[in-house]
Amino acid sequence: MENFLHWIAGHQQMIYIVILMIFVGIEVIGHVPSVLHTPLMSGANAIHGVVIIGAIIVMGKAEPGNWAAIILGFIAVVLGTLNVVGGFVVTDRMLEMFKKKKKA
Amino acid sequence: MELNILTVCYLLASVSFIFGLKLLSNPATARRGNSIAAAGMALAIFGTIFLYRDENGNSLHNYGWIFGGLVIGSIIGIFAAKKVKMTAMPEMVSLFNGMGGACAALISIVEFNHLVHGFKEAAYASDGFSFFSNVDKTTLLIILLGLIIGSVSFSGSMIAWGKLNGRIKDFNFKGQHIINNLLIILIFGLAAFILIASPEETVLYFYAIVALSVIYGISFVMPIGGADMPVVISLLNSFTGVAAACGGFLYDNKVMLTGGILVGAAGTLLTILMCKAMNRSLLNVLIGSFGGSANGSAGAAQQGGGAYKEISLSDTAMVMAYANRIMIVPGYGLAVAQAQHVCHELEKTLEAKGVEVKYAIHPVAGRMPGHMNVLLAEADVSYDKLLEMEQANDELKTTDVVLVLGANDVVNPAAKTDPGSPIFGMPILEVEEAKTVIVNKRSMKPGYAGIENQLFFQPKTSMLFGDAKKVLQDLLAEVRNL
Repeated sequence: MENFLHWIAGHQQMIYIVILMIFVGIEVIGHVPSVLHTPLMSGANAIHGVVIIGAIIVMGKAEPGNWAAIILGFIAVVLGTLNVVGGFVVTDRMLEMFKKKKKA
Repeated sequence: MELNILTVCYLLASVSFIFGLKLLSNPATARRGNSIAAAGMALAIFGTIFLYRDENGNSLHNYGWIFGGLVIGSIIGIFAAKKVKMTAMPEMVSLFNGMGGACAALISIVEFNHLVHGFKEAAYASDGFSFFSNVDKTTLLIILLGLIIGSVSFSGSMIAWGKLNGRIKDFNFKGQHIINNLLIILIFGLAAFILIASPEETVLYFYAIVALSVIYGISFVMPIGGADMPVVISLLNSFTGVAAACGGFLYDNKVMLTGGILVGAAGTLLTILMCKAMNRSLLNVLIGSFGGSANGSAGAAQQGGGAYKEISLSDTAMVMAYANRIMIVPGYGLAVAQAQHVCHELEKTLEAKGVEVKYAIHPVAGRMPGHMNVLLAEADVSYDKLLEMEQANDELKTTDVVLVLGANDVVNPAAKTDPGSPIFGMPILEVEEAKTVIVNKRSMKPGYAGIENQLFFQPKTSMLFGDAKKVLQDLLAEVRNL
């Protein structure tokens, strides 16, 4: 219990961020029209690709001889990049359609 | 110095994510929002690579591996995203989501190994155990959370992907929910044990959690009907967000935390909004009270329907060419058959003959909310021809012919009239208000809700059987010949 309180005190900034972000996340997309549900989901999908940063740190910290960490880290970087790059490109392609529609 | 610049990079990236999401929820600015978020992401990634310093001030190494991974991932990602057909977008999103989940799980695995390794070294020093119990239990908890959520998200997304492209069929058996619940209890039981026990002894249990979480992801998505996959993908999307946020805690990394939680919260709300558009609760979708039982009731329901009448292609062409106002109701069948282009051709041909053609879009028509709009936009159908549900229902009263293309439950009058129907209360397109209804379907099989549609048996309804694309092509030829 004491550990837990200690941890909360040590991470209070992070905990504030979590709570505020929950509200921001809900507020920001609150009025999305149903037409945009799919592209928005796809865009959000690309954003959680920030997990790639963790993968880069893992990879960059791996000791030269530690093959398990290197290989797992490498796979993580590849998968994370797929998530980010693929996610943003797919979203852009979807939204391209919407733009065309405006002009017509 | 570098660390301060990196902090600014992260701050800018976090703001770009929030701003990007905000712009993404408005049709006029959505594309810009996506680009802004992407730019923020690039800043965060390259900032991390070049400016990151650990507690001792060391920069990252293994640059070859990092850039190798980035390049390989980018090439595959761009290629896959560019090549995928418009109709297959949803499953692509699911696939990318699964990659993110797997990435989070892998990070947890590597960090766990670090922790065990660190513990073993610390154990040689006299105060090894107390060091561990004081500092690293919460780290361990976060590693476990990231692992479980990431793995579930990964395997669940893979199943959702398989279901959407038809490789995996719905599969359920009695007591599946009990087994799923047992799995959850087992996973968290093991996690609690790992938290209490000394880490050396728990390595095996840790990998057992990996395996069980993957199995849980599969058995969680397996029984949910294919047409409900968008909701599931959106939910798994927010899961991956939370898994990414766990990484933020692990590395004390604010941008991972912001991005992750932002998506976790927005994704959860989006999931609920999607359910609302179908007038169902999330629980109802997940337990699949009727989506799951479709297979069982389909056969029985088929017989009790009564008589329906078929209409020939040439008759259909005649009816449509001499109508004043036509409303097309596109659905799942249009998307599957990829008939959007020929549909637009038919619309243009009819318009040239002086017929007014519009499209009625139900909020959940197709495989995803908004899916029909994207598909028809791809075929260059103009924006003002697409009517939303309320608008369409007003105009349906003065419409001569409604052509239903592979839609079923969204035009089922039982949603209004039969309180016993599982879809009772769902808003529908009131096509029976029009003078004539022509329904194109491949067969008399019920839609995903597995229930009979009385619309098909009404006197003003005619059935036009066949694959949507084939039928529309033939119809187009007939109309041109008139």
